[in-house]
Amino acid sequence: MPLVLPLLLAVLLFCLGVYGVLARRNAITMLMSFELMLNAVNLNLVAFDAWRLDGLATGQTLAVFVITLAAAEIGLGLAIVLLLFRGHGHVDADAARDLVEQDGGIPAADGAGTAAGRTAVEKGAAS
Amino acid sequence: MTTALFSIAGAVAIAAAVLVVTSRRIVHAALWLVVALGAVAGCFGALHAEFVALVQILVYVGAIVVLVLFALMLTKAPTNPLPALTTRRSPFAAIVAGVLALLLGTGVVIAFGNEKIEPVPAGSATDVGTAVFRIWVLPFEVLSVLLLAALIGAIVLSQRKLSERSDRLSSSGKED
Repeated sequence: MPLVLPLLLAVLLFCLGVYGVLARRNAITMLMSFELMLNAVNLNLVAFDAWRLDGLATGQTLAVFVITLAAAEIGLGLAIVLLLFRGHGHVDADAARDLVEQDGGIPAADGAGTAAGRTAVEKGAAS
Repeated sequence: MTTALFSIAGAVAIAAAVLVVTSRRIVHAALWLVVALGAVAGCFGALHAEFVALVQILVYVGAIVVLVLFALMLTKAPTNPLPALTTRRSPFAAIVAGVLALLLGTGVVIAFGNEKIEPVPAGSATDVGTAVFRIWVLPFEVLSVLLLAALIGAIVLSQRKLSERSDRLSSSGKED
């Protein structure tokens, strides 16, 4: 089997994940796209392991470690998403602007500022 | 033979991944994720990494997707199609992803275009187990501590009190 076959598959999966993270609005679908990207990395690791055959199963071990890390990441990420949902009533990543920076680089002091912060950002983008 | 198997599994993975990132029904996207991850597990099997394939099915399909579905349930995700699931920026996102795919693909083909994966002996859990507990013991232990820390962090986050902030945040949530 040519080595480029799994590598190109990994490239495609990774870029689909990048598209999902950039284009999706719901925070949970963004987390799903992260999983696609981590799977692409795993595919690379396993493919290079089958290519090199170093006898230590380095790539496969690292792939298992990455799967474990993905489990930790999704647990923590979903906890944050649920916290966002409890606080705001939505999981829209575009509308969660509590940490937005104002013009002077000072974070929004109070959350009356969702609207104020948004206008500030748009002003900053226009200038 | 393995090439054919790998190609089939890879095509299924790509198709399912496209549906994951484009489906307008969020629960369908989560279920297509099962297909995509299962197909990637098939790719691992075709590359003779049977242990990784089994761990992939156990952890990803068995745990992570179930967790995602629980989160969808807890956040009251609607099951009808949502056109607003994708932002207005999606053409730009597609351009970024396409350019990235082009760059990475060219790099991969230039670097490894002539390499071949020799037919490898069937993988076994023995090799991976020996490697984990003989050579990679320290990363393994660090990883277990990291998992513990992540889970404690998740518990702390989910038990946090929102009392003094909730009224303000819910009012700002209503604006949107």
